[in-house]
Amino acid sequence: MKAVRSMVLISNDTESIALGANEVFSAFQQKIQDYGLSDEISISFISDIGHNSAAPLVIIYPEAVIYGPVKPDDVLDIVEEHLDKGHIVERKLVPAHELSEHLTWLSSRKGTLPAENRIVLKNVGLIDPENIEDYIALDGYQALGTVLGKTPAETISIIEDSGLRGRGGAGFPTGLKWSFVAKTHIDKKYVVCNADESEPGTFKDRLVLEGDPHAIIEAMAIAAYAVGADEGYVYIRGEYRLAIERMKVAIKQAREYGLLGKNIFSSKFSFDLHVHAGAGAYICGEETALIESIEGKRGEPRSRPPYPTTFGLWGKPTLVNNVETLANIPAIIRNGADWYRSIGTPSSPGTKVYTILGNVNVTGLIEVPMGITLREVITIYAKGMKGGTFKMAQTGGSSGSIIPANLQDTPMDFDSFKTASVSLGSGALLICNEEICVVDLAKVLLNFFRFESCGKCNPCRIGCQKSFEILSNIAEGIGTLQDLEDLQMMANQLYELSNCGLGQTAGSPLKDILTYFHAEVESHIRLKVCPADTCPMSGKTIYHVGQEVKITREHGA
Amino acid sequence: MSVEVKNGLDIKKTIRELIKQHGTERAELIPIMQKINADFGYISSEAIEELALLMNLPTNQIFSVATFYRMLSTEPRGKHVIQFCESAPCHVAGSRQVWLALQEALGLENGQTSKDNKWTLLTTSCLGACGIGPVLVIDQNIYGNVQPQQVKNILSRYE
Repeated sequence: MKAVRSMVLISNDTESIALGANEVFSAFQQKIQDYGLSDEISISFISDIGHNSAAPLVIIYPEAVIYGPVKPDDVLDIVEEHLDKGHIVERKLVPAHELSEHLTWLSSRKGTLPAENRIVLKNVGLIDPENIEDYIALDGYQALGTVLGKTPAETISIIEDSGLRGRGGAGFPTGLKWSFVAKTHIDKKYVVCNADESEPGTFKDRLVLEGDPHAIIEAMAIAAYAVGADEGYVYIRGEYRLAIERMKVAIKQAREYGLLGKNIFSSKFSFDLHVHAGAGAYICGEETALIESIEGKRGEPRSRPPYPTTFGLWGKPTLVNNVETLANIPAIIRNGADWYRSIGTPSSPGTKVYTILGNVNVTGLIEVPMGITLREVITIYAKGMKGGTFKMAQTGGSSGSIIPANLQDTPMDFDSFKTASVSLGSGALLICNEEICVVDLAKVLLNFFRFESCGKCNPCRIGCQKSFEILSNIAEGIGTLQDLEDLQMMANQLYELSNCGLGQTAGSPLKDILTYFHAEVESHIRLKVCPADTCPMSGKTIYHVGQEVKITREHGA
Repeated sequence: MSVEVKNGLDIKKTIRELIKQHGTERAELIPIMQKINADFGYISSEAIEELALLMNLPTNQIFSVATFYRMLSTEPRGKHVIQFCESAPCHVAGSRQVWLALQEALGLENGQTSKDNKWTLLTTSCLGACGIGPVLVIDQNIYGNVQPQQVKNILSRYE
């Protein structure tokens, strides 16, 4: 890069683009040219890290001043005042509370809160994702080189020793999964990256793919070497256009540098990658459905066993790992299993990326060691509740759990959550204040599941639809006490009889609202009152058991 | 039967061209259909028959794949397709009021296409832009933090 006086970095993740980052970029180009500063100032895009409330961000080096949200109309002032005259444009600075210190370049300026620990998101927002040199400069592909000097068995034992567990939701030990594939004696094997991130409230994988695609390529190559595969697929959901494009660019660059293809680093190891764009189906996040989808079929889950580790893509042993799981691999190889075990809790080492959403002051993405509590997340990172006090949170996306206030202090790691019958899932944390009605929320969730159920097995196809209907009746004030028993039965049958994880988890919101919020559901039925005043029953005339009843708030008072 | 033509593209010619690029492996079916959907707006019965013939697959297999995925359509859609996220994070951010405003402004319900073929209104599951919910997508453009009163203004940007 030629020497410049100042650098202007503009965030261009999906959200920033939606809020006008491209227009801001062109405005900067135009104004900098108008002021004759083109030779002194460089403008580039940078992948932002999920601080949506201030997007698009404009960061100016060397001062490390952060402006946001910036509109094209603001550009003239920034160019004239800041870049030309050297005065900071105070009115456009991002308010301090919008920024958390996980913006690494700000750590020297701030740093009053417990630090995040970035492994998965280490490079996101720091490097140009479309330039392989940036990744290599930060130790990129070093781990792949190291691994090729070891045996596949040694590589797997490092991962096993690290205690890394799958971040797709189930928490299965990653090293063990690798060893299952490695043990099969078949010539052709595949490695698949599950980037069909469709769990509502989750967008961590998108940020990794958009911000650091080479980390995934390196991790997949390491995994392929360890299990004996020579071909891989990155299955990215079709809606993630930018992530698909960035991954394709990254694969092309890696091939040009000899990091994918035949005889990598002059070894006997060969590996190549393809990108498969999804066509819109939540169920394809289930690994056997994902495999069916790559094969060009409907994304319907297979009956298991056999598991993909022995019978996967085109009947060959296949390793399927989530994006976040893979993003940990190069760091573990570089720093060793002991280093990884020193972070997080003994049974769940490492960090977890959470997406914070809902009724809180700051939404966005954080990566913190396993074991932090929900209350800490809300108080420290989300800067507190917005518009009311805490009522419940949904953890792990739609297939996760609804948890009440008294579970806020449970450490968030796989085993503590399992003991409390809570799902950590994808790491989505949807935080709700008391204005959110549990019946209404469960209705939204079951509406999602009835739509996304693939329809292959009856318990799920019929159970999701029927549960939705019962919840709708309760929300409209025509529910009966029998409905409570029916919902409980649906929840049990969905869990016990469904073929795959979609149906098995579709019943968990039902189970949770009946366990933790029974009184609120019952008040919809007995009193015809929605305590959150959300459901359409309030103040309306409804017909109940053949009798016209005028419902008013007084009934519940 | 007249041959389907859109944007100057002939469906049969397009499919033959796509088969030439992608080959006839079953794994190429979805990428090929994604391209047809992008160029023609939907996958017509004519397209399904042509694919069946060239890829040597039964038409019902192709139809079952085309109807499975949300991003593929077997019905013609309007000039602009609106997808509205109805998942829980947008719900908590207040999406229901936006959805009501959207339905009212367009005079359409979920899944309908306007009489003048300008709009198709669809709900969708999470689009992964939850940080800026409520979210709606028109064609390729994502609108975030949408308030009910903004809906008319957003729609007026499309001809």
